[in-house]
Amino acid sequence: MACIQARGLRKAYGKTIALDGVDLTVEEGRILGLIGPNGAGKSTALNAILGLTPYQGELRVLGRDPWTQRDALMRDVCFIADVAVLPRWMRVSRTLDYVAGVHPRFDRAKAEAFLAKTAIKRRSKVRELSKGMVTQLHLALVMAIDARVLVLDEPTLGLDLLYRKQFYDTLLNDYFDKSRTIIVTTHQVEEVQHILTDLVFIDQGRIVLDCAMDELEARYAEVMVTPEHTAAARALGPIHERQVFGRSVMLFERADRSQLAALGEIHTPSIADLFVAVIGGPGSSARGAAA
Amino acid sequence: MSAQSNVTIESTIEPPAIPPPAILSPTRPFYWSVRRELWEYRSLIVGPLVAAGVVLFGFLLGTLGLRNHLGDLSKLEPAKRAAMLAIPYGFAAMAIMVTGLIVAVFYCLGALHNERRDRSILFWKSLPVSDPVTVLSKAFIPLVVLPLVVLAVIAATQLIMLLTSTLALLAAGQDASAPWTQIPWPRVYLILPYGLAALALWYAPVFGWLMLVSGWAKRAPFLWAVLPPLALCLVEKIAFDTTNFASLLGYRLNGVFGEAFALPERHWAGGDPVSGSLPRIDPAGLLSTPGLWAGLVFAAACLAAAIWQRRYREPV
Repeated sequence: MACIQARGLRKAYGKTIALDGVDLTVEEGRILGLIGPNGAGKSTALNAILGLTPYQGELRVLGRDPWTQRDALMRDVCFIADVAVLPRWMRVSRTLDYVAGVHPRFDRAKAEAFLAKTAIKRRSKVRELSKGMVTQLHLALVMAIDARVLVLDEPTLGLDLLYRKQFYDTLLNDYFDKSRTIIVTTHQVEEVQHILTDLVFIDQGRIVLDCAMDELEARYAEVMVTPEHTAAARALGPIHERQVFGRSVMLFERADRSQLAALGEIHTPSIADLFVAVIGGPGSSARGAAA
Repeated sequence: MSAQSNVTIESTIEPPAIPPPAILSPTRPFYWSVRRELWEYRSLIVGPLVAAGVVLFGFLLGTLGLRNHLGDLSKLEPAKRAAMLAIPYGFAAMAIMVTGLIVAVFYCLGALHNERRDRSILFWKSLPVSDPVTVLSKAFIPLVVLPLVVLAVIAATQLIMLLTSTLALLAAGQDASAPWTQIPWPRVYLILPYGLAALALWYAPVFGWLMLVSGWAKRAPFLWAVLPPLALCLVEKIAFDTTNFASLLGYRLNGVFGEAFALPERHWAGGDPVSGSLPRIDPAGLLSTPGLWAGLVFAAACLAAAIWQRRYREPV
């Protein structure tokens, strides 16, 4: 069953179009990375999914309309929107009390066990915690909720490397299983590269790439072209070309592997390189030279 | 930290044998939302307590000089004496009540504004608590919780005053029964809860309006709450040379005691300060006042609008 289904999702703030007809289907048990430049509409899309913003078009999350059934939906959906949203005046122990009080699927013992592994004191107020600790606390709350969909909007923004690594490790090891679905937006694509099962690029309110990670390898190939084959490689129509140490690195979509092998060394592109190629490169009709 | 991440404990992923109940009773989110308000807005309790502290401090200072005072007091006829005795108690109740009102006004102005300013609204909205529950739990504070807090603080303050003055009188070798017997306590404790309830109902439209503005204004909710009504008064005065809206506001702000209590004229004139100076409660009069019901309808409309707009609210 599809957890999230969007058809022709649109949202405009005045004259600015944040979402311009987004079609998206997310199946259960997937980890979807929603990647895009600033202002591409990532947060707007997530806000629509979470019932935080009205929208046009069709959207169903776990079979519900998020805008009219937010409170019911939130029994099964969790989100960490940004590290700053936990109320700064609240004591750690009281955030546990409150979530335990209002959330039917919250397992307090689980949250306590997770917090015990951190340096967070129960008596502290959220404002007294470091940014990394606030994220740990939020993660502890969210992981103790037996939810089906978890939405992460730049969850590791502004955290140091250790916290960022621990965040995703914990999520994968102690939380994720095949009955849950995770959607994550981030600019630090290299960090989520290995945990994603699906990849969606969004740019200027439109989805410009929607691909399973398994498929990525078959679909895209990056070739470090040996100098004498440069012209031949260009003739095959790469979607992007860049120079590394004086050699051309070209990205091909759905190209014949045996043909490419003759041109140079082939590998699967990183998400970051793919991102630049699809969104920033000349292959993108919308941006072109501006990037 | 990285060492810990290497420890993958398979057993922690096993599914729970019994799924937790998916539905809680609907009153639980409400109950916890009210508690959350009390955690966030400490002034709801601290404000009246500070007022009580100030009152008690003044009263204690006065009690130390009581001995000089008692001579004058005992010369008075009993009725006047009771009235004199009652003054500090009445003053204490009034001071705590007024503090409670001020606290209520500032609570309402912040209730739906601060959560947007500190962005915590995103966290609250990520939990299965509906907008009606959130807004109504916030309205519950000035309408029910704060009056109860004020009543409890007044009772405690007056009890402390009674005990200290008793001790002071006994220490001075005087008869200490007067404050116990000459002030009609049962009647006082009929008037106080009734008066607080009347106050809450009467000011409900004010609270509702403040909460609506609190949820609507991007900044300076106080100015947005206060200036438009004043502007309306001004426009009416200039355009039509009438003051209907101004008198409506004045009636709302000052009219409650006139409607809730039967007050003979002479008390306002400061005529007879006898124990009869206690007002007589007039629930029938209050409930038959159209102004009360019109106000409640306005309050309900404001809260409904506040609930509706909270769905659209984002951090400011």
